[in-house]
Amino acid sequence: MPLLASSRHEVGTHSHPWLVYVLAPVLAIGLQSFLSLHFPAFDLVDLPLLVTIYYAITRREPVTATIVGTLIGIAQDSLTHHALGVFGICKAIVGYMAASLGVRFDAENNGSRLLLIFAFTLEQTAILWLLQRKLLGQPFAWHWIHELLRAVLNSLVGVILFAVFDLIRHRE
Amino acid sequence: MESFFSRYRNALVLITILLAQVIGLAVQVRRPGASPQDKGGVRLIRSWVVGVVTPPERLLHWTGRGIRGIWSGYIGLIHVRRQNQQLKAELGQLRLQEDSLAENARQAVRLQALLGFQEKYIYKTLAAQVIGASGTEQSHVLLIDKGSDSGLRPDMPVITPDGIIGKIRDVFRHTSQVLEISDETSGAGVILVNTRIEGVLRGDSWGQPQIVDVSPDDRIKPGEPVVTSGGDGIFPRGLAVGTVQRVLPNPEGTLVDVLVKPAANLSALEEVLVVTSTGSQIPPAMQQDLTQAARTADILAARLPSAGTPGTAPAQPAGATPAPAAANALPPPPPQPPAPRHPDRFSAGSVPPAADLVPGQPVTPIAGAATSGQPPAAAAPHPPPQQPSAPPKAAGQTAPQTTSAPRRPANPASKPAQSASPPQGGR
Repeated sequence: MPLLASSRHEVGTHSHPWLVYVLAPVLAIGLQSFLSLHFPAFDLVDLPLLVTIYYAITRREPVTATIVGTLIGIAQDSLTHHALGVFGICKAIVGYMAASLGVRFDAENNGSRLLLIFAFTLEQTAILWLLQRKLLGQPFAWHWIHELLRAVLNSLVGVILFAVFDLIRHRE
Repeated sequence: MESFFSRYRNALVLITILLAQVIGLAVQVRRPGASPQDKGGVRLIRSWVVGVVTPPERLLHWTGRGIRGIWSGYIGLIHVRRQNQQLKAELGQLRLQEDSLAENARQAVRLQALLGFQEKYIYKTLAAQVIGASGTEQSHVLLIDKGSDSGLRPDMPVITPDGIIGKIRDVFRHTSQVLEISDETSGAGVILVNTRIEGVLRGDSWGQPQIVDVSPDDRIKPGEPVVTSGGDGIFPRGLAVGTVQRVLPNPEGTLVDVLVKPAANLSALEEVLVVTSTGSQIPPAMQQDLTQAARTADILAARLPSAGTPGTAPAQPAGATPAPAAANALPPPPPQPPAPRHPDRFSAGSVPPAADLVPGQPVTPIAGAATSGQPPAAAAPHPPPQQPSAPPKAAGQTAPQTTSAPRRPANPASKPAQSASPPQGGR
């Protein structure tokens, strides 16, 4: 199962109806807020992160992915009591790297998607830890098992979510 | 130069955006003691996002509530009749308990007034629906569907009938953010009910509420109730917080942290109460309840003549001869202390009254009182005289007990405590 892109077809970009670009982040943030209220374990899943990664690896434009990641992250920050920019910085970096790596990986392959989401979830947690503990001097809970579990869970949910998004896209 | 920007365009955009956000973070960092409220643009951004995100959340919330309402209102009514009977029986029991507590409450209010203690009573609450959460593990924040248009303001306490939830953090027009007590940046003044140890409750990094930096004390046991102390100026005193789960040593010193299991279920909240008004006077509704309880107690005492006063002799066994009617007409004798097993000069009634003592003269015991083995009250022709110099507080304290004596039997615990307690220095 080759994970790296080997043909022009595999590195081709995809787009969605413009409404999807507006609604998907709003729905992701709203659902994240709503579901984690009724199912506390849903805190482990990060729907806004998954939307950022999907947008980045399908559009493959680092600048746009960075801006989109920033906006989604700041919107996510707005629902917390933290300073605006904590998730903004995390998702800007994740969007940039996902768009840059998306050119080299076969974004259609479920295996590569699984690996990318797993890696970017851990990356986001590492950046959060750096920002909270080192930059802002605030406590941050870290437990390896917990973070690995979170990464695995996000990967599984992400693969399913990406498959749903694939149904409503069109190739450029 | 142009080629440099075009070549590193992506990286430059990333660096610019990150730099802007880091500067934004630095601007938002607050100094200790500064107001926790957001200002200016930050507040505006939060308001926009909340305004966009909450309408679908409200829709989902009301849809779910409607479905649950249909289920619980029409389908799940199978055992309602039996449950209704149980609730009625429970209500009767609670009324009896209320009668016994009403006098205690009145006495507490009176004593607080005498001491000049400023108690905070809850005057008014506003019910609000919880429509969302922060969605992250690092922030324990709730969104409720009431905002500044409903009169909410920052730092208002948020509670449920089970216990406290947190306080209002940010208020928008139609929604508000509630900072839960499980968040590490929260803080509530609490007190342990049995040991009377005070502390500050806040969450740890994993969202576990704990009383931090408490002096080690072996008396703190799991299960001990924790209530608000009122010392934070936000939560009124005496609200349920939770129970002690366990005590852990603080890793940063010799103090300990007391883990608390919240009384309210913080992970399944649907409706909360925001305390919108408090005051130092007893609210009219509570006053009315106390008056009503007193009336009920009087009626109960009149209908249940067998219920004796705390000072009277205990109920006689079934085969005992009833006392003559003339004896019942006399006022009940004052309570007598039990006879000391080995009387000495410290026994009550063995020394003359303070008014008869002369400074510098040795105290002469009353003949027969300490040596006869009889109770001092029985040895003396009259009960020990009342202290003439008793303070007005003590006088005010004893008078209501006498007048309200018929109401007390509903509280079974108070009777033996009053009749069986030995006099001070009786050993």
